[in-house]
Amino acid sequence: MTNLRLAWRKSLNGVMLTLTGVAAFGVVAVLFVILGFLIWNGGTSLNLAFFTQLPRGEGEIGGGMANAIVGSLKLLFLAAVIGLPIGLLAGVYLAEFGGKTFAFVTRYTTDLLNGAPSIVIGLFAFSIAVLPVKHFSVLAGGIALGVMVIPITVRSTEEFLRAIPNSLREGAMALGANKWKTIATVIIPAASGGIITGMLLSLARVAGETAPLIFTALNNQYWSPGLSQPSASLPVMIYIYALAPYDDWHRQAWAAGLVLLALVLTANISCRLILNRKGSSRSV
Amino acid sequence: MSTATSAIDHAAPPESGPRAFLRRMRGGDEVAHLITLVFAATILLITSIMVYELWVRSSLTRSKFGFAFFFSSVWDPVAEQFGAAPFIYGTLVTSLLALAIAVPLGLAAAIFLAELAPRKLSDIIAFLIDLLAAVPSVIYGLLGIFIIVPVMRTVIGPFLKASFSHIPLIGSLFQGPNYGVGFLTASIVLAIMIVPFIISVSREVLLTVPRDQREAALSLGATRWEATWKVVVPWARTGVLGSVFLALARALGETMAVTMVIGNTPKIAASLFSPGYSIAAVIANEFAEASGDAHRSALMELGLVLFLITFILNGFARLLIVATERGGGRPS
Repeated sequence: MTNLRLAWRKSLNGVMLTLTGVAAFGVVAVLFVILGFLIWNGGTSLNLAFFTQLPRGEGEIGGGMANAIVGSLKLLFLAAVIGLPIGLLAGVYLAEFGGKTFAFVTRYTTDLLNGAPSIVIGLFAFSIAVLPVKHFSVLAGGIALGVMVIPITVRSTEEFLRAIPNSLREGAMALGANKWKTIATVIIPAASGGIITGMLLSLARVAGETAPLIFTALNNQYWSPGLSQPSASLPVMIYIYALAPYDDWHRQAWAAGLVLLALVLTANISCRLILNRKGSSRSV
Repeated sequence: MSTATSAIDHAAPPESGPRAFLRRMRGGDEVAHLITLVFAATILLITSIMVYELWVRSSLTRSKFGFAFFFSSVWDPVAEQFGAAPFIYGTLVTSLLALAIAVPLGLAAAIFLAELAPRKLSDIIAFLIDLLAAVPSVIYGLLGIFIIVPVMRTVIGPFLKASFSHIPLIGSLFQGPNYGVGFLTASIVLAIMIVPFIISVSREVLLTVPRDQREAALSLGATRWEATWKVVVPWARTGVLGSVFLALARALGETMAVTMVIGNTPKIAASLFSPGYSIAAVIANEFAEASGDAHRSALMELGLVLFLITFILNGFARLLIVATERGGGRPS
């Protein structure tokens, strides 16, 4: 009787522990399946025209996504200009000045903003940057992405500033520097590696965002000069091309997917390796 | 301003009144404090404006339909009749089904990473899983359309139909034509997308469980699995629950991947093969070409609903995770 029970417990142990391993490796396998499909389908579709030519009309074969690549870069630049300064300084406030209640409220709101669905942030950008001027623009798209950059930058900046030992602050103050000089010339430079990596990670995250762009930056078949016109972007092009009924557009959607994924993963891998080497095991 | 004077500022005994404030302003500390404070307040401002805009711009349909908006299933932009029931239904069904798939899978993987795998292997796998979380959702949509939908139509769908459709009750979930797109396909794609979040948060929570808890269970003769399942997991359950809420919030708000595989048909159907619609998907599809103020207002109201739900879920999830990591999650 007891032997039977022991055998049952032991086999249950073996089966369940094996299943947990299968689950872990199964999930990791998904990553490689995704990579495999994109490299296979995207790699065979990539060509020089993809990087140098404008999109062709509906159903026409050939053409590329040069304007979407430039558009994505422009959107990222705007997101950086709008989001990074707010994120950085708010992070400095939380780590160095923050009082009790206000800092708590800010931190909490930042987390909630971080969890807000990206499509809702698109609605927000539409309300403040498209409706008043009555046309879609790359600026509106940049605002949407910029808002998404803020919470990630705030939390990573705060974390890296907090990791700087207090002895550095005390040392600087003992030499006669006041607080802001200590922060600007000692603390931030000491944490700069981590802070910049965190910023790059936040940009990598919004680089693939589609939902906030489809009714802010919209799309454009041509180049989009300046800030006030609609612009193509890689994620939106993937969305539109994948749903279109043309084989050649599907081919280009795969190519764009490969380019986008390569960018996002390269940024992620290099940032995370740098962070790990700095001894911070926490993922941003 | 030279460092010498500011040193004197600091050495002076603390004074009060406007003169002292001015002097500290000249030293720069108060200015820096003020500037960073303004930027921190910007975050609160942005969030408030977001809620305000969604609230004001949805006023048309809010006053016209009231709560009937949530229960009506008529969605006719031309006749300006708006009911959100099919979208709410689709969002809930796909998100809950995705959780049903992702939670066991994610928890199991997190247990493996926290309890069994050697630290080095665990770190490598966690790294790869973080990369999986970084894959943009439009890429999941792309794979969904071209890989999962055909597999669903030709392999998984017919298999499920053959095995379950003649069973009473459960069978009704697998009735009707199988187009490949629909609730089940969207749920599977969503499950793949949220699993990394469940794993990485649960793993961190499980790793905070004190070592002596495991050792005590093992020394009493428990097997490794029993120690994990009956001691470690219950200890961490609040935090694990937090990761589940976090994942649910993600799933509810996920747009692109769902839009691309759910079928975009506003209908409430019991069958999981049926095409459906979700809140985020209808906003993505219709907002740019919204035909009029009422249509736009209805979509804004859907956005507001989505925002408030994820707001509440996220806040709740963070409270749970913080509670566990501070050691408040001990079994009572």
